[in-house]
Amino acid sequence: MQFAHLYKFAAPAAFYPLAGRLIPWFWGLAALFGAIGLWLGLFVAPADFQQGQGYRIIFVHVGASWMSMFLYVVMAFWAAIGLAFNTRLSGMMASALAPTGALFAFISLWTGAFWGKPMWGAWWVWDARLTSELFLFFLYIGFIALTRAIDDPRRADRAGAVLALAGVINIPIIYFSVKWWNTLHQGASVSLTKSPSMAAVMLWGMLFCALAMWMYAIAISLIRARGIILERERHADWVKALLTEAAGGH
Amino acid sequence: MHWNSLSDFLAMGEHGLYVWGAFGMTALVMLLETWLTLRRQRAVRQRLARQLAAAMRENAQENAREKTGESGQGDAA
Repeated sequence: MQFAHLYKFAAPAAFYPLAGRLIPWFWGLAALFGAIGLWLGLFVAPADFQQGQGYRIIFVHVGASWMSMFLYVVMAFWAAIGLAFNTRLSGMMASALAPTGALFAFISLWTGAFWGKPMWGAWWVWDARLTSELFLFFLYIGFIALTRAIDDPRRADRAGAVLALAGVINIPIIYFSVKWWNTLHQGASVSLTKSPSMAAVMLWGMLFCALAMWMYAIAISLIRARGIILERERHADWVKALLTEAAGGH
Repeated sequence: MHWNSLSDFLAMGEHGLYVWGAFGMTALVMLLETWLTLRRQRAVRQRLARQLAAAMRENAQENAREKTGESGQGDAA
């Protein structure tokens, strides 16, 4: 019964105002978690016994890397739903997530380079973890390019969905690359220090920064989804009513 | 708190360039994405509202023309 109720938000007309109401809350949570995470990461967490202060890059690097993989899975999930049930909103959600996923893949690569240079002596190595993350970035770019190259939005959605689903195989490859191959990239990032109490502070800082990025990703994707909905549903009565009401209000 | 001064904090124990290079780019692209996305959303709304208003004006004119001048070519039922 409760779930049946949720279905109504699959309609763009119901989703649009809901997203509008939720966005400020996600911004607020992003700011709150970000403040806590940065405070823990920059002021509370001690220096690493091996890497000194340089390890603090972890507080942006890990969250961005997690989000780049997680957003891809969510994007592929919407793509699959769209292919299976032909729901309008699914393709819009996938399209709304892709740029933010690409952004986090970029941050992951950039901050990784800035971490690799002082610790390994190289901005970049063709290591399995780094290479598969770079491939993820290209998958996002490919998805965006493909869906924008096709004029008919429904066909663009389907083509994008096939690409997104094919690329999902890359996610476990990224995740397990440090186990499957002998990589320069370190394995578990949580055990950087020997002392468990210090690891706890670092872990919490990292988790809050990652949560902040998660909330940010939701807020920004919802804003983007609203733009896509307006554009695609512009001939619907509810959009016309919304647009004339907004114009009259000025 | 284990920073003795602001310069100590900024230096990040010789890794300042790398730490702030990483944090700075992260902040920059997230702020940039926010700004661009909000701007785009506003532009889409304004453009659609303009197009709709233009279409409605055109419709109204057509209706008026049909009502007043029954003569001429626009005699379609």
